[in-house]
Amino acid sequence: MQKYSIFNLVKNAFSNHENWDLAWKDPTPKEEYDVVIIGGGGHGLATAYYLAKEHNITNVAIIEKGWIGGGNVGRNTTIIRSNYMHDENGLFSEFGMDLWRKMSQDLNYNVMFSPRGIINLAHSDAQMNAYARRGNSMRLNGIDAVLLNREQVKEIIPMADFSENVRFPIFGGLMQPSAGTARHDAVAWGYARQADSMGVDIIQNCEVTGFDVAAGKIKGIRTSRGNIKAKKVGICVAGSTNILAEKLNMTLPIETHLLQACVSEPVKPVLDNVVTFGAGHFYVSQSDKGEMVMGGDLDGYNSYAQRGNLPTLQHVLTEGIAMMPFLSKLKMLRTWGGIMDMSMDGSPIIDKTHIEGLYLNCGWCYGGFKATPASGWTFAHTIAQDRVHELNAGYSLNRFSTGKLIDEKGLGTKTWIS
Amino acid sequence: MLYINCPHCGMRSQNEFSYGGDASVKRPELNKEVSDQEWDDFVYNRKSLRGKHLELWQHISGCRQWIKVERDTATHEIFRTFKADEEVA
Repeated sequence: MQKYSIFNLVKNAFSNHENWDLAWKDPTPKEEYDVVIIGGGGHGLATAYYLAKEHNITNVAIIEKGWIGGGNVGRNTTIIRSNYMHDENGLFSEFGMDLWRKMSQDLNYNVMFSPRGIINLAHSDAQMNAYARRGNSMRLNGIDAVLLNREQVKEIIPMADFSENVRFPIFGGLMQPSAGTARHDAVAWGYARQADSMGVDIIQNCEVTGFDVAAGKIKGIRTSRGNIKAKKVGICVAGSTNILAEKLNMTLPIETHLLQACVSEPVKPVLDNVVTFGAGHFYVSQSDKGEMVMGGDLDGYNSYAQRGNLPTLQHVLTEGIAMMPFLSKLKMLRTWGGIMDMSMDGSPIIDKTHIEGLYLNCGWCYGGFKATPASGWTFAHTIAQDRVHELNAGYSLNRFSTGKLIDEKGLGTKTWIS
Repeated sequence: MLYINCPHCGMRSQNEFSYGGDASVKRPELNKEVSDQEWDDFVYNRKSLRGKHLELWQHISGCRQWIKVERDTATHEIFRTFKADEEVA
C-alpha cells in the first residue's frame, strides 16, 4: 500500500496527482471466506480491520448493500465521547477514546480527531447533583470529568443564553475535556483502505438476501451477486438489523427509527466545544468549515426512510435557540436523516447468537459513531475467539430476558418514546 | 408533515399525535402461566417491519383517544386508520 505522507504528496505533485493508487479495490466475491461481515459502515470496516490486524484473519469479505460509508457513518454529527455513568458503557467508550487518539497514525489517514471537549449543560440544582454523580462515576473509571459552575460555563461559551428570565437558566455543566469530534468520512475510508491492503475484500452494491443455516450452524449467505460460503458471519447493519433478523426468524429488542441532523451556513469560529442542552435533546458543535452541526430527537415513529419530517426539526431547533439565541440568525444549509437501531435500554448489543458462527452487532441508538473503533475491536475479538471480550460482556443479547439492562439514562424501556 | 385521519375527529396534523409503537403486540393472557420468553416478546422484542406497519398513536392534543394507524415505514404513506378496539383484517 502506498503510504500517505508529505514526501509522497510532493512526489505525486510532479505527475499532477494522476498516479495515486486506488485506496481500495473493487473485487468480485470469492466462493468462500473465513469471515463475512455484513455492512460496510464504520463498524463493519473497523471490524474487518481489527480481524486482520489483531487476529491475523485476512480471508474476510465486507458485504455492503450500497457504498461504503454511505449509511450512518456518513450521516452523523461526528461526536466522540465517553461520558457515561455505568461501568459497561464507560469502560467500553474510554477504551475507544484511546483508539481514537491513535487512529490517524494507526490508519495512516488523517481522521482529524479534535479533542475539543463536550459540555452537558445543567438547568437545575437537581441536574447539577445528577451530573456530579455521573462525573464521579466517570472519574472512578479513569475518564476525565469536570463539574463547571455557571460562571465557568459562561467563560467557555459566552454566547449561550445567560440572561435571568429564561425558562431553563444555565446552572452549570459537566465537561469531558478529552471528548471531541472527528472527520466521519475519513474514519470509514481510513479503515477501508487499511483493511483492503491487508487482504479484506470490500464488496459494494451487494445486497444480502438470505442465510444458509444447517444444523444450527451458519454455512453462508445469499446475495444479489450470488451465494457466498462463510465459516463465520457478523451482522453489523445498524438500521437494517431487523430486516436481516427477519430472514433468520429472529425477533430482536430493536426498533428502527429516524434521526435527523442539520448544518447551518458556515460562519467564523464561534464555538470551540461540543455543547448539549440539558432540558431537552439538542447538541451542537462547529465544523472546521464553520457550519454549526446540530441534532437532537428522533422523529419518534418507526421509520426506514433516510429523510425526516419538519415538526421534529422545528422542535429540536427551538431548543437550540433557547440555549444559544444567535442560532436563530443563521440560515440552514442542509438537513439529513439516518435510520437508527434503537435498542430497548439505549445500550448496544455485541454478542454471539443462538446460531453457531453468527454474530450480532447492533443497538447503537444515538451513539454509533463514537463507538466505531471500540465496536470494531470487540466485535473482531468476539468473532475471532468465538467468545465475548470483557469490554463487551455486558452488551449481551440475553440481558433483556435476564434483567441485566444497561439503562444509562434511567428511563426504562423504549427510551426514545417521549 | 404526516396527516393522520383520526377516526373520531377527522384529518389532523402529526403535531397533535403521540406515537405508541407496534399495535400488533399482544399482552400475555391474564391468569395464565407466562414464560420468560413470552414476557420478553411482549416487553422488548419487536419485528420493526419495513413496509406496512400497524401502530398505535394517541390523539393527545385532540380527543385523547388511542387509535391504530396502518402506515408504510419506508414511504410514510398512511393507508388506513382504526379505532383502538376495531379488529384489523
